[in-house]
Amino acid sequence: MNWFLEIVKAVLAALAVFTFLAVVGAMLGVYLERKISGWIQSRLGPKHVGPQGLLQTIADTVKLLQKENIVPSNADAITFNVAPLMAVVAALLAWIIIPFGPAFGRVLVVRDINIGLLFFIGMASLIVIAILLGGWSSNNKYALLGGFRSASQMISYEIPLALAVMVPIMMAGTMSTVGIVEAQRGGWLGIGNWYIFGLPGNRGLLVPGFLAFVVFLTAATAEVNRVPFDLPEADSELVGGYFTEYTGMRFALFQLGEYAEAFAMAALTSVLFLGGWHGPWLPGIVWFFIKMFALVFFLIWVRWTYPRLRLDQLLNLSWKGLVPLGFVLVLVTGWLLV
Amino acid sequence: MQVGLNHYLAVSALLFGLGLYGILTRRNAVAILMGIELMLNAANINLVAFNRYVAPGALAGHVFALIIITLAACEAAVGLALVLAVYRNLETIHVDEINVMKW
Amino acid sequence: MGELAAFIILAIVTLLPAVVVVTSRNLVRAAMSLIPSFLGVTGLFVLLQAEFVAGIQILIYAGAIAVLILFVIMLTQGGTGTALRQVNEQQLVGGLVAGALTIALLGLLLRTPWPLVAGTLPRSNVAAVGGAFLTNFILAFEISSLVLLVSLVGALVIARREQ
Repeated sequence: MNWFLEIVKAVLAALAVFTFLAVVGAMLGVYLERKISGWIQSRLGPKHVGPQGLLQTIADTVKLLQKENIVPSNADAITFNVAPLMAVVAALLAWIIIPFGPAFGRVLVVRDINIGLLFFIGMASLIVIAILLGGWSSNNKYALLGGFRSASQMISYEIPLALAVMVPIMMAGTMSTVGIVEAQRGGWLGIGNWYIFGLPGNRGLLVPGFLAFVVFLTAATAEVNRVPFDLPEADSELVGGYFTEYTGMRFALFQLGEYAEAFAMAALTSVLFLGGWHGPWLPGIVWFFIKMFALVFFLIWVRWTYPRLRLDQLLNLSWKGLVPLGFVLVLVTGWLLV
Repeated sequence: MQVGLNHYLAVSALLFGLGLYGILTRRNAVAILMGIELMLNAANINLVAFNRYVAPGALAGHVFALIIITLAACEAAVGLALVLAVYRNLETIHVDEINVMKW
Repeated sequence: MGELAAFIILAIVTLLPAVVVVTSRNLVRAAMSLIPSFLGVTGLFVLLQAEFVAGIQILIYAGAIAVLILFVIMLTQGGTGTALRQVNEQQLVGGLVAGALTIALLGLLLRTPWPLVAGTLPRSNVAAVGGAFLTNFILAFEISSLVLLVSLVGALVIARREQ
């Protein structure tokens, strides 16, 4: 009955990850987004529900739960209903390889698989399909345009993302996330061995390490469709993009998927380049959350500071800028490592 | 009962048959491509299964499965580009209507 | 027992959507069904301890090829194509041929006494596959990269609109 136990464990882990994401990712993420945007724009942001508006997102969720789920006439109902679920499931699956830090004598990670990073990128690429199908099945021009834009954008940025991930993989010699974090242990104050600073015996790798970090963060921002790369849902030109027609909980599921993906990208950036849970003085999990929220803050900061790119600028940046840079980085890293 | 080589071979044979049926009966060029992808997947299952059960440690099956995946990506890219070009010129992608080369 | 259960589930996940792929009148649904089918094959690869192939399968098949196919279907056909006849007049013959070939294949494959070898694969086969690519299979590797380049350029040239 061992396999039965495994299934129960897997279900429990899935529930734990989902709860964690619903609370931290969506609730706190949306709250932070609104508070920080308010701060940047000299407003107060949500203030009335709970202390400092902390319960605002819960109130919004309750409101969304009560809304009717409308399926537009002439929409492809099955596809329309399946697409948001696909987005959420893919974003949640991406989380199973993220290590949170040491606790109870082991590393807190759902599964440490030896192709971890490949799996993560694969899951990120599945979200494209969910968005494309959601946009198409709505039977709405704006939604379809948003879906098309998203597909072309996410496919173009997957390549620099994968190339940037290659640099830490080559430095650590493994695709397992736990292995990569363990390889960054030690050094000056526990931050000296982070891959953003290169390898301890080979400081020449600082340049590719740092550039890979920049490429990864840019591509990750584009991959999660955030400003300045939020063309798929550009509100001012496409109404709402691919989720124009979605109402109630399905809309919330798309949002949850998006925030879960954004948090996963932030977590993975800290795992790959910023030493994961390693840092001075504080316990590992605290460091992990500090780094993740710092990167999430960076994403929100960028969102409320920069205007949106045009589609041709976006594609040019990927194909003429990031992809060649990524190839050069992989080459230089290999050359420096040998 | 243990899962053996035969189980995988049966699944791959069925998948291959389905893909072939799709290729033989569909009119739409993209649907035919989808059938080809299914057949290539069936071939990959065979390669990896033989690698696991007949020659573990050799890895030749994995290597060729990867090469097939690469070539499938090439084939899909070129095939779909052709479909787009045909659609622009003839306004149809039904293979039984694309017959201007016949006369 | 657990392996068998997983195998049966994965086989169903692979084959049922494949039936939809070849029979559905709605082309977008057919293309959509490709994804679970590809993911089921991924699961079979994991059962066969081919993790690297499985990862690449998700990335290339489910992530790239399926999106490409969906894209082209949505750009041509005016969407689903449900209003058009999707099958040619060879349905009966095609079904018979495909069925006969499947039965022949099943008979052949299942009755051949394969020389089974009990052994284990290398533990982490990412590095092992990489090593194999750069040593024993270097020619195949180089040729496939050349084919990739040629098809990249070819696809661009073919799909580009004439100015």
